Amino acid sequence: MSSCGESFSGLILRALGRDFGDRLLPRGLEINFCDQVFLIASGLIWNVYFAILALFFGFFLATAVALGKASPSRWLSRPADWFVFLFRGSPLFVQFFFVYEALVLLPRTGIEIGPITMDTQWMTRAWAGALFVLFLNTSAYTAEIFFGALKSIPKGDMEAADAYGLTGWSKFRRITFPTMLRLAWPSYTNEAIFLLHATTLVFFSAFPAWQQMGDALYYANYFAAQTFNPFVAYPLVGLYFIVLTLAVIGLFGAVNRRLNRHLPRAARARLRFRPQYIR
Amino acid sequence: MFSFCADPSVLPDWQWMACYLTTGSHFALYRSVLVVLLLLALAAPLALGMGFLGALAVRSGNPLLKGIGTIYVSMVRGVPDIIFFLFVPFAIDQGVEYLRHKILCPDWDQPIRQGNDFIVCQAAKMPLATDPAWVHNVWGFALALIAFALVFGAFAANTLNGAMNAVPRTQIETAEAYGMTPGQSFRRVLLPQMWVYALPGLSNLWMILTKATPLLFLLGIQDVVFWARELGGQKTGHYAYTHPDWRVWYFLGVLAFYLTLTWVSQKIFDRIMARLNHGQATSGGEALRKAPA
Repeated sequence: MSSCGESFSGLILRALGRDFGDRLLPRGLEINFCDQVFLIASGLIWNVYFAILALFFGFFLATAVALGKASPSRWLSRPADWFVFLFRGSPLFVQFFFVYEALVLLPRTGIEIGPITMDTQWMTRAWAGALFVLFLNTSAYTAEIFFGALKSIPKGDMEAADAYGLTGWSKFRRITFPTMLRLAWPSYTNEAIFLLHATTLVFFSAFPAWQQMGDALYYANYFAAQTFNPFVAYPLVGLYFIVLTLAVIGLFGAVNRRLNRHLPRAARARLRFRPQYIR
Repeated sequence: MFSFCADPSVLPDWQWMACYLTTGSHFALYRSVLVVLLLLALAAPLALGMGFLGALAVRSGNPLLKGIGTIYVSMVRGVPDIIFFLFVPFAIDQGVEYLRHKILCPDWDQPIRQGNDFIVCQAAKMPLATDPAWVHNVWGFALALIAFALVFGAFAANTLNGAMNAVPRTQIETAEAYGMTPGQSFRRVLLPQMWVYALPGLSNLWMILTKATPLLFLLGIQDVVFWARELGGQKTGHYAYTHPDWRVWYFLGVLAFYLTLTWVSQKIFDRIMARLNHGQATSGGEALRKAPA
């Protein structure tokens, strides 16, 4: 048994590794409520890490794939279609397994590219491998959302752009892209929340939690198994996720207001969390 | 399986493959596909039923019922579904054992929670330690099924509630003008018309449900993921069929299975939607009407 202060200093950064807190996780009867509160909170570091980086990189790939899908050239639209189908049509859980097993097969000694040898070991670790899967997955879902938005840009807007003599890059940057983003934003918010929730899958799939560095649900599961009591750890992690979800809604809501600020009040898109319409 | 399978180590390639893919454990893999389909077949109607009850509760005039419905529906939004998949079977298992313990062993004087142990009398164990293996399997499957029905019921409640709200208000007003009671107008007017509005949401829900089925693996059920891991791992000399680490190929197969499942579902839903849109006063129905015959 340790005091709450000790729990806090020993566990709040434990998810980053042994060097950042207690070497061993609290076990069996020495587990108290504060341990559960702080260790599960420290696991959130990984959920936020995966969510932010995957969303950030995914945003750019998704824009590219959405444009590819909308392109008149079959050479661009077909691969984009396949990419979206592959990642939207299969479970993320299985994607994790597949990519992990594929990465494990890479030669342990590294890949030789000309004179340099590229190390491959780090790729099988969750922070890189799982991030890669989440990045591709969210890119596919977001690309579908962006593609839908691209298709529903009002015809008049594009005609107005033509009338002003905008073409190519400047037309895209000033008209197409902002309008697409504005139309897609409510759905994109849902996707962000879903991705945040999907990060809990990482340490339950193939990726091992090295040195017991895991995410919030990994620790909640650990506590539930250790104390044989699911009624503390799981509600706690649920509560944390409700708070994070509200934070995402607040953040994306602020962006949504900015994207819609030029419109008359009645025409502004309202942000509504409708989870079932996305995945 | 085949007569030539007696000694796998001397077989040529294609026969080796044919024998390898028909071993007993591979048949377990094929059966596990049926387990996944069975879960889908049972969870979908259950979730729809839960969703219907949930939607009725949300729309109810009774504030208590409305409160329960609203909490149920909004609960699954903020929390990752996998937390429910881990929590619900665990909690129900302990809850059932607790109740059985209270009923079956009233003269037990020790506390149930001792430190980190959850101790109930032998007779209250669920399933009993003496029960055959299939009872344990069915119990595990039933717990998973309840978890799926609960989570997807909440999603479905949301969808159905939205669909009920989407039916034009004038339709209900007309029904009232004809002197129908609220129950009659619900059954005769609202219910038949809501499905066309619910279908896009429900088809999406089916897709999510399909893609959630590999989570069965986490609940200790021997599903496709379990067998892919089991069979794909490296097999050394102890086994009749030796092979290196083939897990990546097995998961490729699992991936293909799910892609086929979602693809076929999509085709079916497209058909149903076209059917439901027929003659409806929606843009989909309008498009069907204008389409060249």
